[in-house]
Amino acid sequence: MNLRLSGVGLTHADGQPALHDIDLDIARGERVALIGPSGAGKTSLLRLLATSLKPSAGRLELLDAEPWSLSAAARQKLRAHIGLIHQSPPLPPRQRVVTAVLAGRLGQWSLGKSLLSLLHPVDSAGAEAALARLDLGDKLFQRCDQLSGGQLQRVGIARVLYQAPDLILADEPVSAMDPVLAGHTLGVLNREAEARGITLLASLHAVDLALAHFPRIVGIRDGRVVFDHPAHEVGQAELDALYANEQLQASVPASAPPAPVTLHIPRC
Amino acid sequence: MLNAAPRDPAALPRLVLTVLALALLWPGLRLSELDLGVLVQGDNARSMARFVSAFWPPEHGSEFLALLGRATLETLAIATAGMSLALLIAFPAALLASRALSLSALPRGGRPAWWARLLRWPVRGLLIVLRSVPEIVWALLFVRAVGLGPTAGVLAIAITYSGMLGKVYAEIFESVDARPSRALLVAGSSRLAAFAYGILPNAAAEMLSYTVYRWECAIRASVVMGFVGAGGLGQQIDLSLRMFAGGEVASMLLTFLALVLLADQLSRFLRARLT
Repeated sequence: MNLRLSGVGLTHADGQPALHDIDLDIARGERVALIGPSGAGKTSLLRLLATSLKPSAGRLELLDAEPWSLSAAARQKLRAHIGLIHQSPPLPPRQRVVTAVLAGRLGQWSLGKSLLSLLHPVDSAGAEAALARLDLGDKLFQRCDQLSGGQLQRVGIARVLYQAPDLILADEPVSAMDPVLAGHTLGVLNREAEARGITLLASLHAVDLALAHFPRIVGIRDGRVVFDHPAHEVGQAELDALYANEQLQASVPASAPPAPVTLHIPRC
Repeated sequence: MLNAAPRDPAALPRLVLTVLALALLWPGLRLSELDLGVLVQGDNARSMARFVSAFWPPEHGSEFLALLGRATLETLAIATAGMSLALLIAFPAALLASRALSLSALPRGGRPAWWARLLRWPVRGLLIVLRSVPEIVWALLFVRAVGLGPTAGVLAIAITYSGMLGKVYAEIFESVDARPSRALLVAGSSRLAAFAYGILPNAAAEMLSYTVYRWECAIRASVVMGFVGAGGLGQQIDLSLRMFAGGEVASMLLTFLALVLLADQLSRFLRARLT
């Protein structure tokens, strides 16, 4: 088993509950899309799996290890095998694209090689190859602040492709791209996962993209797994229930019902 | 029906801090006995004017200029050597003292574990000790230890400035966007690599401008320390003042002006290269 959550709950540092009692088994090589309304806990779940958040309840197993019972050094080693694609990639504005992509392998490189690469890129060919798959090969030596949001997202994806992890987690990886580019990018991610036999878990807000590219769909709402099906079994009624929004659909203007518990989902 | 405006949770702390700052400033003014009236009372203004009028014209004899050039170079050398030594101490200390690279802070919303915070205190304490004694006191001490000359000035600057640089660097590291370095740490990178790839690109310009500014301060400090025998321009000024050679003092003040201007231009040039 590649990834197993049993009874996992998460409460943020400020006391806001984000996830409740999540049970999820994902085998090696599976490709899974995570869908659900805004604030449902998709990002929290992905950050939990990336070991960037620690579950407050339950058991979490990743790549045949329990990250939070490992020593800090072993956990850093495990983290080098997990690639998290951020919705808005956290790249320093003045960093060059080539450096940002090569940073994907910092977990595998020695400190000397990392620092050397800062002076002169040690593997610009590798970075260019990763970028070229996303049609960004010509931006190799540009600075990150010269790119658009969609281009930055692709740089973030290229970094994870270059990292070549055993588990790819993607948080809304195509949210700033046009539909054609979004489809192409998800295709690249899926082909990468298939070719290397690794697990891919992506949260998406576009349901049609999720259904078109991923064999398995997990629906999340209010921090709980609502359904977990193969893509062809997902019905319209289920989707309607998943995204139902009483606040917006209720047409009673004056005496609005008390505000629901809003989940605080920090975007990373 | 209008709802009452939601209360801003930040309002009360802001108000309290403002009141507190004012409450602290007022006794400060009283205690320092600031009274600008003294400047224009009686003979004071006239004696100042007499002193300043002796400054014109600045001394420019070739022999004096050679002496001035040597002293200027010596001052620059003291400041630069002192800063280099200070950087050697300040940089590692800042990395140790800063919370920006804490691994235990990752799953805790940027707050390191209690033991990690505890371990940072000795380093912070060291930086506080280093900078709490003024450089002039260190200079007096070292002049006794290593004798008159630039070495005392270099050591004094190295010690005091490493404390200042270390503190400010640590704070710069914590103030820049933490997401890039956290993302790298979560991808398994070591802390130094995460620093070099995640924090340094954002912090470099600010660190550079502060370092050059400190270098400028070190030039001034080395002048002051010259008065206690630590070499450089300060020692020359001290001699000229004792001999009432106002013109020489004026020349040397003009040299300071040029040095500070130089530091300013250097800072601008380097920042322009980096941004």
